[in-house]
Amino acid sequence: MRRLPRARSRGFEPLIERLLLACALVSIGTTAGIILVLAVETVAFLREVPITEFLFGTEWTPLFATPRFGVLPLVAGTVLVSAIAMAVALPMGLLSAIYLSEYAPHGLRRIVKPVLEILAGVPTVVYGYFALLFVTPLLQRLIPDIAGFNALGPGIVMGIMILPLVSSLSEDAMQAVPRGLREGSYALGATRMQTSLRVVVPAAFSGITAACILAASRAIGETMIVAIAAGQQPRLTWNPLVPIETMTAYIVQVSLGDTPQGTLEYRTIFAVGMLLFLGTFLLNLASAWLRERFREEYG
Amino acid sequence: MTPKIRAQGLSFYYGAVRALHDISVEILPNLVTAFIGPSGCGKSTFLRTLNRMNDIIPGTRVEGRVFIDDADIYRPGVDVVALRRRVGMVFQKSNPFPKSIFDNVAYGLRVNGMAGSRSELAGRVEESLRQAALWDEVKDRLHESALALSGGQQQRLCIARALAVRPEILLMDEPASALDPIATQRIEELVYELKKAYTIVIVTHNMQQAARVSDHTAFFWLGRLVEYDRTDKIFTNPAEKLTEDYVTGRFG
Repeated sequence: MRRLPRARSRGFEPLIERLLLACALVSIGTTAGIILVLAVETVAFLREVPITEFLFGTEWTPLFATPRFGVLPLVAGTVLVSAIAMAVALPMGLLSAIYLSEYAPHGLRRIVKPVLEILAGVPTVVYGYFALLFVTPLLQRLIPDIAGFNALGPGIVMGIMILPLVSSLSEDAMQAVPRGLREGSYALGATRMQTSLRVVVPAAFSGITAACILAASRAIGETMIVAIAAGQQPRLTWNPLVPIETMTAYIVQVSLGDTPQGTLEYRTIFAVGMLLFLGTFLLNLASAWLRERFREEYG
Repeated sequence: MTPKIRAQGLSFYYGAVRALHDISVEILPNLVTAFIGPSGCGKSTFLRTLNRMNDIIPGTRVEGRVFIDDADIYRPGVDVVALRRRVGMVFQKSNPFPKSIFDNVAYGLRVNGMAGSRSELAGRVEESLRQAALWDEVKDRLHESALALSGGQQQRLCIARALAVRPEILLMDEPASALDPIATQRIEELVYELKKAYTIVIVTHNMQQAARVSDHTAFFWLGRLVEYDRTDKIFTNPAEKLTEDYVTGRFG
């Protein structure tokens, strides 16, 4: 492509170009800054706490008189809540994506999809209180010995929160499957359900997987719901009925407290933050890679 | 000879646009019938009314009737899934599923509950691939992805896939238009072979192809059936001036 000669551009064009560049640089700079701060503080933290204790220790009591820095209880809490969320969001999201992409009349899809996406716009603090004050009491009627703070309620609510992400992105992936494949299937005497499950979903598989990974990464990073409704007790357990604490909730707890800057306790939030960042970063990378592969298959 | 397919006063609408005007035609069994005409003349649309493939396009409407073996396929309560198993289709753009070669051919059998035992299924897959003259080229890599095949092989795979469910009629929508001359020739030889067992309707805008492979030819123009006759008559001595102008290349 031939570029337009620069001399032709008006006087304010270069100014606008620089302004736009500056805007782009702000976000890149912020990201770089965050990574830098996380790295510096994490290194300082690991100078005092051996990395093996941090990664494999089973007790997390950094604010106690005899502090322990094993991050596993926080990781377990995060994984537990995210797994519950995915168990809710995955089947429901996939089924609604199949309905929207393969069954719904065009007009209905144009209404339902944006409405579903509004769910993603509800502030997470609202979801948090919804979990604490509505879902958990409801669960207490069904399961009498569930604690007031627990992993199950926030997990379910988080699943509802990431549901639109799963269904919307999966639906996009299914829509990208060429119509010819569907016709080929129908022409062989397949029903709509057979065509959806045996042709469209497998053909959109990497796109759907990318959507699910993105949703998982969203669940792992979600903070407000778990900080409000899951309790703040780091506990190495797979029991969804008792209070737990996730990595994100821990960070909130400490940064809201009066932990003085520069102390070891203060640095724990950066170490936990670094772990969280690495986890979601890897998931996002995997998701992007899968979406890219999908584009190559059906470009 | 009793016609295999009989269309009676068939009209077709995309929304408010009328794409087919009052088509009546009788297609005979075990012959190749070609539909020719310029782009947008309705030949593909008409072909797709014969297995109700247009049903899946929203906002379309059919008037008139199509009989296959004297049963109207548009009467209420027709099992469209069963109809499409009897009336196979091969598309312009080859559309193998992103599955293995074997699974592509087995797909129609599986979704119709015709898979049977493992060895029956394997036998049916082999038979279909042989019918489509593809067996020798793929027999050692049946479980590799169908997407790795060449364009011509993919199209023959789609033919094998259609044959596997043992249809009575095979509709082919410009099956060779995206292929090179050698692959095209193979498809044409295949069509010639297959007409012994099937009723074949082929849409083409390649007039030499129609002249080579078909017994009867229907010429469509602006959504109307202009002339329908034996292929040699259409190409050497057509009744309509419009047909003559088209087959001699004066427009189109």
